[in-house]
Amino acid sequence: MSNPDLAKLEGISLRFGNKSVLNNVNLPLHNDCITTLIGPNGAGKSSLVKVLLGLVKPTEGTVWKKPGLRIGYMPQKIQIDKTLPLSVKRFLQIPHGYSKNDISEALSSVGAVHLIDSSIHDLSGGEMQRTLLARALLRNPDLLVLDEPVQGVDINGQTELYRLITDIRKERQCGVLMISHDLHLVMSSTDHVVCLNKHICCSGHPEAVSADPAYIELFGASHASTLALYNHHHTHSHDMHGNVVEGDCCGGDHA
Amino acid sequence: MGVIMLDFIVYALVAGVSVAIVAGPLGAFVVWRRMAYFGDTLAHSALLGIALGILFDINLSLAVVLCCVALALGLVAMQRQHWIATDTLLGIMAHSALSLGLVAISLLENVRIDLQAYLFGDLLAITPEDLKWILLGGVAVLAAIYWLWKPLLAITINEELAQVEGIQVARYRLALMLLIAMVIAGAMKLVGVLLITSLLIMPAAAARRLSGTPEQMAIFASILGSIAVVGGIALSWFVDTPAGPSVVVCALMIFLLIFLAPRARA
Repeated sequence: MSNPDLAKLEGISLRFGNKSVLNNVNLPLHNDCITTLIGPNGAGKSSLVKVLLGLVKPTEGTVWKKPGLRIGYMPQKIQIDKTLPLSVKRFLQIPHGYSKNDISEALSSVGAVHLIDSSIHDLSGGEMQRTLLARALLRNPDLLVLDEPVQGVDINGQTELYRLITDIRKERQCGVLMISHDLHLVMSSTDHVVCLNKHICCSGHPEAVSADPAYIELFGASHASTLALYNHHHTHSHDMHGNVVEGDCCGGDHA
Repeated sequence: MGVIMLDFIVYALVAGVSVAIVAGPLGAFVVWRRMAYFGDTLAHSALLGIALGILFDINLSLAVVLCCVALALGLVAMQRQHWIATDTLLGIMAHSALSLGLVAISLLENVRIDLQAYLFGDLLAITPEDLKWILLGGVAVLAAIYWLWKPLLAITINEELAQVEGIQVARYRLALMLLIAMVIAGAMKLVGVLLITSLLIMPAAAARRLSGTPEQMAIFASILGSIAVVGGIALSWFVDTPAGPSVVVCALMIFLLIFLAPRARA
């Protein structure tokens, strides 16, 4: 049960100069499982994902990936200079030269096939996120890595995007690792939650995590709307790994 | 006499148009990647390359390319340290390189250099030897751009995405710098170190409004740049203005015409 199918981060620490960004983080990633990373701003969520993707080299620790693992990555936001004339179709074609059929298929699976000839600069926030998701899907990934997939999307769109991600997982049975600010919203579409604040505070099934003292201490007893504002200032003295709930699909224990 | 003058003009036209064609796609990358100030910094260091080339008695174009590449590498190394903002760093390097070049040239004994020609270009002094190098270099750079087009476009759209998708971002970024350095070496004769960046960015910026794809923009930039070169040389020939600035003035007029023209369709 503890053998990850897809990838495993072990003992990851990351420091920039004197600043510690990640401290001894372990994270296994499994097939057909949605893992959500939550935590306050500056908790190192994006950094952890970048370590997994090989964009940032960890100061300590090892990254194991299944040989031949295909990762589809959806970055938090992407800024393309307005002087670059680019249609959605070209954006998806570059650099691997996917066929028009593949591109239409990927776009329809995210409900955005009508955008194929639009300029990338004319897309709304939600349309851009769908296009980025389509680009990640084009690689036919074993593991989808989504950094704040609903950023800049209105509430209705957010729910819809999360449903889309759940459907994609069901359909393709790939692993999903996503970052979110907001446990409340992702609760229903996630199997395993990891609460990160430089180190892993707690992890497990979403409902168990939301009741975990470490989670409550981190985010306060009330939820969603105050998450980003909550100022995290305590240091942990409790047992960080003692609260994992068994029996979720991801095999739970990361210690 | 008349025939010799005609030769000069033909050399100037062929050299100028060649550089403009190559500068088109590279200028597009400079605009897309917001490297205008970076290009300017490289161009300013070209004069230092000339001084060093004379000092060590090597081919001056080669010296310029080497100097630009060394500067680019130094810049990348210092950017990684994150201790000073990039635009400040570029400002320091650009003017230091230019001043070092000017000081070095003034210290070279027994060498008379037409500084004006290096600063503002001397199109009409192009020799058949120069022309040969410009043509060879131009063909090489164009072939490289064609070959590297897709990965260069991919890293321009988003470097992290490209990296995750298996593209060696650092390698292509370096290749782009090298190509820009080669164009600077070629364009120096044409418009001089102070005006090179304009030849890169003005046609590309003007081409933006005409283009629906990256490829169109690159090609239109080459065409508009060539028109500017021909127009500038004509201006210089008939009205006796300095050739380099005349080319830039023509590029400006093209840019303004396209920018101010009403859009043909929505």
